[in-house]
Amino acid sequence: MDLDHDPGFVQLLTPDGRRVSHPDFGYAGDDSSIAAHLRAMVLARRLDAEATALQRKGELGLWPPMLGQEAAQVGSVAAVGSRDEVIPSYREHAVALGMGVTPLEILKTFRGTHMVDWDSRALRFHLYSFVIGTQALHATGIAMALQLDGRVGPDDATNAAAMVYFGDGATSQGDVSEAFVFAASYNAPLVLFCQNNQWAISVPIERQTKIPLYQRARGFGIPSVRVDGNDVLAVQAVTSWALDRARRGEGPTFIEAFTYRMGAHTTSDDPTKYRGRDEEASWRAKDPIARVRAYLRSTGAIDDLWEGHLTNESDALAEQLRDDVVSLPDPALADWFTRVYAKTPSGLIRQRDAHEAYEASFEETA
Amino acid sequence: MTMTLAKAINAGLRRALEADPKVVLMGEDIGRLGGVFRVTEGLQADFGESRVMDSPLAESGIVGTAVGLALRGYRPVVEIQFDGFVFPAFDQITSQVSRLHFRSHGRLTAPLVIRIPYGGGIGAIEHHSESPEAYFAHTPGLKVITVSNPSDGYWGIQQAIASDDPVIFLEPKRRYYVRGEVDPDVSPEPLHAARVVRSGTDATLLAYGPTVQTCLDAAEAAASEGRQLEVVDLRSLAPLDDDAIVASVERTGRCIVVHEASRSGGLGAEIAARVTESCFYSLDAPVLRVTGYDIPYPPAKTEHAYLPDVDRVLDAVDRAFAY
Repeated sequence: MDLDHDPGFVQLLTPDGRRVSHPDFGYAGDDSSIAAHLRAMVLARRLDAEATALQRKGELGLWPPMLGQEAAQVGSVAAVGSRDEVIPSYREHAVALGMGVTPLEILKTFRGTHMVDWDSRALRFHLYSFVIGTQALHATGIAMALQLDGRVGPDDATNAAAMVYFGDGATSQGDVSEAFVFAASYNAPLVLFCQNNQWAISVPIERQTKIPLYQRARGFGIPSVRVDGNDVLAVQAVTSWALDRARRGEGPTFIEAFTYRMGAHTTSDDPTKYRGRDEEASWRAKDPIARVRAYLRSTGAIDDLWEGHLTNESDALAEQLRDDVVSLPDPALADWFTRVYAKTPSGLIRQRDAHEAYEASFEETA
Repeated sequence: MTMTLAKAINAGLRRALEADPKVVLMGEDIGRLGGVFRVTEGLQADFGESRVMDSPLAESGIVGTAVGLALRGYRPVVEIQFDGFVFPAFDQITSQVSRLHFRSHGRLTAPLVIRIPYGGGIGAIEHHSESPEAYFAHTPGLKVITVSNPSDGYWGIQQAIASDDPVIFLEPKRRYYVRGEVDPDVSPEPLHAARVVRSGTDATLLAYGPTVQTCLDAAEAAASEGRQLEVVDLRSLAPLDDDAIVASVERTGRCIVVHEASRSGGLGAEIAARVTESCFYSLDAPVLRVTGYDIPYPPAKTEHAYLPDVDRVLDAVDRAFAY
């Protein structure tokens, strides 16, 4: 592919549900795999809505909704291979589900009972990252390690790559520019997947960049594509191409998934303070789920019965999640002292013991 | 008049913006949104986008460009959105702005204020409940101020802006919405004076920021058991008001330092050393500390056990009396 000229905006499924072609990218799956994407997006959206509701009821401390970004996440994670490593930000709930994290595991962090409780090594899905942009460098290092391990090359049975997620706001952080430099310099097998959802809390994308983000990455020597982030087919096609490049030793790729944060930054945020309803309405018309549903309905791949099953599955997920979350036992502070160091120093053990003795003194006198 | 700490800092910023056209504000979401805690609410509307600037999402960029603004005669007041996000700016703070005066043989000053909502107790996720004061108090050239009440918020932010040295201005976020009296006409103590907020004879509680109220509550409870505890709001952590600390401990003979930050290498350790050096023959007990533990800030569901509370303060008082 010639990336010296701008391939433009990659879209394979229009907002009204029509398949369109692109000179460089095509979707390889059939309608049943598109239906699987629809299912994944609907379930992720339901998890997101349920988590938002649980926060409103006081059962979660906070929730960063991913409403509107389902296609960017489901499409990209669908391209991840069985040896690839995925490094998220903190809003990649649909990616997490796609990598095998359970809904409850995602919510534990936001209930405040756990730090990050999934097995990141076994799942190849790393810890959520809350300081903006820091994970881009970690991901670059993970990609460099894959390279050092000899996992990059033409053998598609053994090769592997890394993919990191971050947002438009993060591209302003020095760490992200440094990740561009390192990834390009070492030709790291890395996909830099930027979900440009247009808003960093209240600050619009225009404050972060004067040129399209994908063009900035090119300045670092990284081939870049802008894709319709609300088009699950285009996202998967572009991400598959980029991960293939990385695994085969052709180096890093930057993907700007052009999407929209339909909800608040987090449940503590109030978007009515900084953006208009017209803008939200215009993006609602580009909903990532509606277009897939319209397409699959038009081809007859799904029907009322199929959707009824999905609704039932979605309801069951929400109900189970509610029950599981409110049943989570509160942790004891004492448990955390032995998680600070690989081998806990004796002074910290004494501090823990003193804390436990102090807590126990209330039980005795009560 | 009565107002919350958040409103008082807002009013203090407003007065500083009115008084000096060189005062500019910069930070993430501080303009149109008014900051995630609404401390800068309404200021961009009234003073314009060139004086109240929504910045790109980059803390090192915020502090580093503020240094440049200060070098050209501005008095920038920057907001770091949450305590845990200050560290991308660590180099700019501890290696750059802190030593500008020193490196220029005293020719340059860096009148920069870095506001940081800090501390725990709000049920937040990771990196939103940190108490990073010791890193900055350890750095020569920085002034470190904490405020515990609306009056200090209102006056303290103005005093910090007036300072020719860089100031780390720590705002205890769980006390943002606590109301208190503010007199807009009469300035209280200077920036670096500690304040006795409750007089007592039996032991001194040294507190700052969010733990001042905890210690006042503890002193109230102790009074009902016949112990008169003195509570000192340190207000300034760098420099420390040694005279006020020593005077109080020499009166009471017992000293307990209370802070949220983890224990080792914290302000409590520094204060204990100073008190021991200056008041050794007045002490009836070793200086004790009631602090966070030496672990990263834990998940929200355990923070009640991590944070110093009235019971832990009273437990330390009991131990001080047992010597």
